[in-house]
Amino acid sequence: MAQIGHNVSLSERARRIRRHALRMGEVQGQGYIAQALGIADVLAVSYFHATHYRSEDPEWEGRDRFLLSIGHYAIALYAALIEAKIIPEDELETYGADDSRLPMSGMAAYTPGMEITGGSLGHGLGIAVGMSLALKRKKSTSFVYNLFSDGELDEGSTWEAAMSAGSSKLDNLIGIVDVNQMQADGPSMAVLNFEPLGAKFEAFGWFVQRVDGNDIDALVAAFDAARHHKGEQPRIIICDTKMAKGVPFLEARERNHFLRVEPHEWAEAIRIVDAGVVT
Amino acid sequence: MRRSKYVRPEHLTHGGDRPRLTTSAMIASIAGADQPTKPAPFGHALADLASRDDRIVGLSADLAKYTDLHVFRAAHPDRFYQMGMAEQLLMMSAAGMAREGFQPWVTTYAVFASRRAYDFVCLAIAEERLDVKIVCALPGLTTGYGPSHQATEDIAMFRGMPNLTIVDPCDASEIEQAVPVLSAHRGPVYMRLLRGNVPLVLDEYGYRFELGKAKLIRDGRDTLIISSGLMTMRALEAAKHLEKDGVDAGVLHVATIKPLDEETILAECSKQNRLVVVAENHTLIGGLGEAVAATLMRSDVRPTAFRQIALPDEFLEAGALPTLHERYGLSTSRVEAAVKSWLNE
Repeated sequence: MAQIGHNVSLSERARRIRRHALRMGEVQGQGYIAQALGIADVLAVSYFHATHYRSEDPEWEGRDRFLLSIGHYAIALYAALIEAKIIPEDELETYGADDSRLPMSGMAAYTPGMEITGGSLGHGLGIAVGMSLALKRKKSTSFVYNLFSDGELDEGSTWEAAMSAGSSKLDNLIGIVDVNQMQADGPSMAVLNFEPLGAKFEAFGWFVQRVDGNDIDALVAAFDAARHHKGEQPRIIICDTKMAKGVPFLEARERNHFLRVEPHEWAEAIRIVDAGVVT
Repeated sequence: MRRSKYVRPEHLTHGGDRPRLTTSAMIASIAGADQPTKPAPFGHALADLASRDDRIVGLSADLAKYTDLHVFRAAHPDRFYQMGMAEQLLMMSAAGMAREGFQPWVTTYAVFASRRAYDFVCLAIAEERLDVKIVCALPGLTTGYGPSHQATEDIAMFRGMPNLTIVDPCDASEIEQAVPVLSAHRGPVYMRLLRGNVPLVLDEYGYRFELGKAKLIRDGRDTLIISSGLMTMRALEAAKHLEKDGVDAGVLHVATIKPLDEETILAECSKQNRLVVVAENHTLIGGLGEAVAATLMRSDVRPTAFRQIALPDEFLEAGALPTLHERYGLSTSRVEAAVKSWLNE
């Protein structure tokens, strides 16, 4: 577990992650805000319940690796890394600016705690396979988490990796899929039908769980089960999340893959998150 | 131009004494009948190096036997990873292992590493300057299987990729020498591989591989052939033949395509009254020839004449390898004839 702040509740962590993301969004006036709000609970449970890391030493050999395959969710991961004190909070205002360590899309060379360069979709799960194999070679007990999205299920490379992980019985690999049902051209299932998703991974030899990705108790149980599962198989947690979760007026927007947020709306969104208004 | 599928081959149409048909076998060798060869120089060199360096792991995409990696697999079975026929995964997983401190050597065919896995070589490996060595068989025209297996544009594709070092060795001894040198170089490398029974040519010239260095293997007054990969052995053979006809041909071997040894190339091309010919086992577009031409233009160095021997900008035919090398101008006799005709222009 993380070394800091055991007394802060996971829902409070999620609230702060949403707040950090909104503040970064306000700085730039744009961003993948709906995804960040949607995945905040998953990130809170990942960073403040499930994964081992050292805030002061993001490359500590004993850490669990947390890979962000979806590079455009960088704003969400930065928010989590700020909350985890891996990135100082005052850097938040540099988000997306020239010479910032927080570029709009996540890149490993720029940001402490960013394990890989994502963005070109369908890379994360395969890199996770290589890291899992390597950690086994090193006899490490660390886990490799890979956060990817329903959109990345379109990419064939994701399925090459899924088949390989099952074939190699990578029990140190935990996949987290954010199923938010929205990608660039519209609803994910209309772009390419990926269901039945759990059955697909199960057929590839994975230990599968599917949870409400905005239900913190369910997430805690799923992460615990994934870590402690005895089977020699990779594990996947399919997280059904709601785009823009926690800010009802943004949740209501139909086309929210890349949200247009008016200048005055940022303060309103932050006010709602601060008030802890949860829908 | 490929022939029409509606026209029967002439030698069948005319009947009578049919010539023995040549084969388009995948395992066709580039070695001449009387050329000395060494078996699987890459596989042996890597297995040997791995005995001294436990960071080294070998990854294959269902082609270990056809990239000479089976020699490594036999020597170090616990350090061999079979990723299946999945070249995107091959590159991604190599990136993951490199991130964890290992030095992955991945092998497949050049077509699959370039065309199929380009994005994964680029973003997962090169952008992060990871220490992954990508070693690929069947570069350029080294198989008669047709365009599905002929990587005629791999260098053109990879030259545009920042951080990537590109090496195109000539023979068995150079491959053996390159393996430890590339391992000592930190960063991603793409090496074109000659596999199977690989000719041994350069030992006769006392050549030593140095990463990033072009080497003048033979000097010549009348013409300088700048070449890489297997075309260096063709250029050296052609030079021997040309000598008998009173033509003094030099050969500058450029094993490292990127970064290019511009200094040596410019120095050699500055010598006047020489025809400069660039010979490569690659399409005319975007390979060594155009790299050399651009270097000369940028530096205001103008040789007396500049010509290229390279594959045409076409999808090539299937057939037997010696036939195809003759047809597309890579054979020793075609190199010789081309140089002679240009000298007589």
